Amino acid sequence: MKYLSFFRMRFAVGLQYRIAALAGAVTQFAWGFMEIMIFKAFYRADASSFPMSFQAAVSYVWLQQAFLALFAAWMMENEIFDTIVSGNVAYELCRPVGIYDMWFARNIAGRLSRAVLRCFPILAIAVFLPEPYGIAPPASPACFALFLLTAALGLLMTVSFCMLVYVLSFFTISPAGLRILFVSGTEFLAGGVIPLPFFPDKVRFFMELLPFAGMQNVALRVYSGSMSAGEIKRAVLLQLFWLVAVTGLGKALCRLAEKKITVQGG
Amino acid sequence: MKNDCSFIKLYWHYVSINVRSMMQYKTSFFLSVTGQFFVSFNVFLGIYFMFRRFPEVDGFTYSEVLLCYGVVLLEYSLAEMFARGFDMFPGMVRGGEFDRVLVRPRGEILQVLGSKFELTRIGRMIQALFMFVYGIVKSDVTWTFPRALTVIFMLAGGTAVFSGLFLIYAGICFFTLDGLEFMNVFTDGAKEFGKYPVGIYGEKMLLFATFIVPYALVQYYPLLFLLGRRNSLFYMVLPLLAGAFLFPAMGLWKFGVRHYQSSGS
Repeated sequence: MKYLSFFRMRFAVGLQYRIAALAGAVTQFAWGFMEIMIFKAFYRADASSFPMSFQAAVSYVWLQQAFLALFAAWMMENEIFDTIVSGNVAYELCRPVGIYDMWFARNIAGRLSRAVLRCFPILAIAVFLPEPYGIAPPASPACFALFLLTAALGLLMTVSFCMLVYVLSFFTISPAGLRILFVSGTEFLAGGVIPLPFFPDKVRFFMELLPFAGMQNVALRVYSGSMSAGEIKRAVLLQLFWLVAVTGLGKALCRLAEKKITVQGG
Repeated sequence: MKNDCSFIKLYWHYVSINVRSMMQYKTSFFLSVTGQFFVSFNVFLGIYFMFRRFPEVDGFTYSEVLLCYGVVLLEYSLAEMFARGFDMFPGMVRGGEFDRVLVRPRGEILQVLGSKFELTRIGRMIQALFMFVYGIVKSDVTWTFPRALTVIFMLAGGTAVFSGLFLIYAGICFFTLDGLEFMNVFTDGAKEFGKYPVGIYGEKMLLFATFIVPYALVQYYPLLFLLGRRNSLFYMVLPLLAGAFLFPAMGLWKFGVRHYQSSGS
């Protein structure tokens, strides 16, 4: 219950930044547009090598931009790092709440509030763009339902990974190096740089087993129906497995950190 | 002339202060350099895997695209290294730091320029150099004097264009008191999407990148000359023309300085 209040508080705060969100939406729209132009150029060069339909790739890009705040690993909360570095985390530790769960709820709320503000302007424009450049409707109602499910799991996975970085920075004190390594690795393996289907089959096979594939790749592809029922089932099971594993690891590390913590100054 | 000399001397003094203060935190410095390397390494991997699947895009091969990206990344990193002060300018305005700049008997541009010298961009430049050299070797560029000159012009012109963009970003801060996120499309976005020759983005984008913000003048056209697809020497001097972009940027900045109202903090 108390975590729900944390969630509600953070969500309400996040909704205040409307102008910033609008600016962000405009930026992301421009970004998505350029991505699509790149895909178009490659499609022109050799349509037969394209691993999905052009329309599916376009939908992938628009969804990715619209829901960037849900899945982008680099959008971590600086405030949390600041409290760890400055030592103010001591106040948080005094409270009768689990620090892991509290930060988890807070991150989910922060990401959701950002996404709610940003997705509508982007999607609204993307729907009305002419034929191959606009976002297509979901392949079927079932696909849409599965999209919602896998997106929710993806969000939980992204946050549980970010939690690992927060918790690890208890041990390293300066989070900068850790953060850059983690962010650039995740971006790439999650399909943030190019969608996973564009990788060669062997590389892709391993990438899909890794936890990162479940963060955005699954949801964005399920939407346009470019995954078979068997693939979806496997992907969802993998998502669940990694979610439990990563959250478990994060919680264990967090307990360890809480026991050994040295607060830096104050 | 004497004035110019002291300008440069003072600037190098600023640079040396910046570098020395950075070297007080050596670990942090090397971590940042490595970090810079990794961030753009992702983009490189993206290009690599796209070309595993596609042989060419709009007539450009893998090595030619790497050559293109290498040059753009070098241009951008150079601009960021020297003109980072303008990128960080919103903080300067909000913190009231700019008031102190105004009361000193030196030009504002010099002082803002000197406020930050970002040596950590070396990490990215090393990578850019690798891609550039690989691109040059694999694309069979036969060296002639005009082509070597073109590369130098591209670097100079590109650094000027990106510095101009940072200058505009800072100039706008005088009116909004905060950095506009949208400007990222023109700076970060250009670095990101400059990996492919502007021509592949279509006719309209090429027009925009020729006449509004002259990215194409420092990337696409001289690249065509470098690869021997165009032979007119006009393509060689285009990057220098792009340097003219600095004038309107400077104009906006001067206009901003005149309308500056301290944030009061």
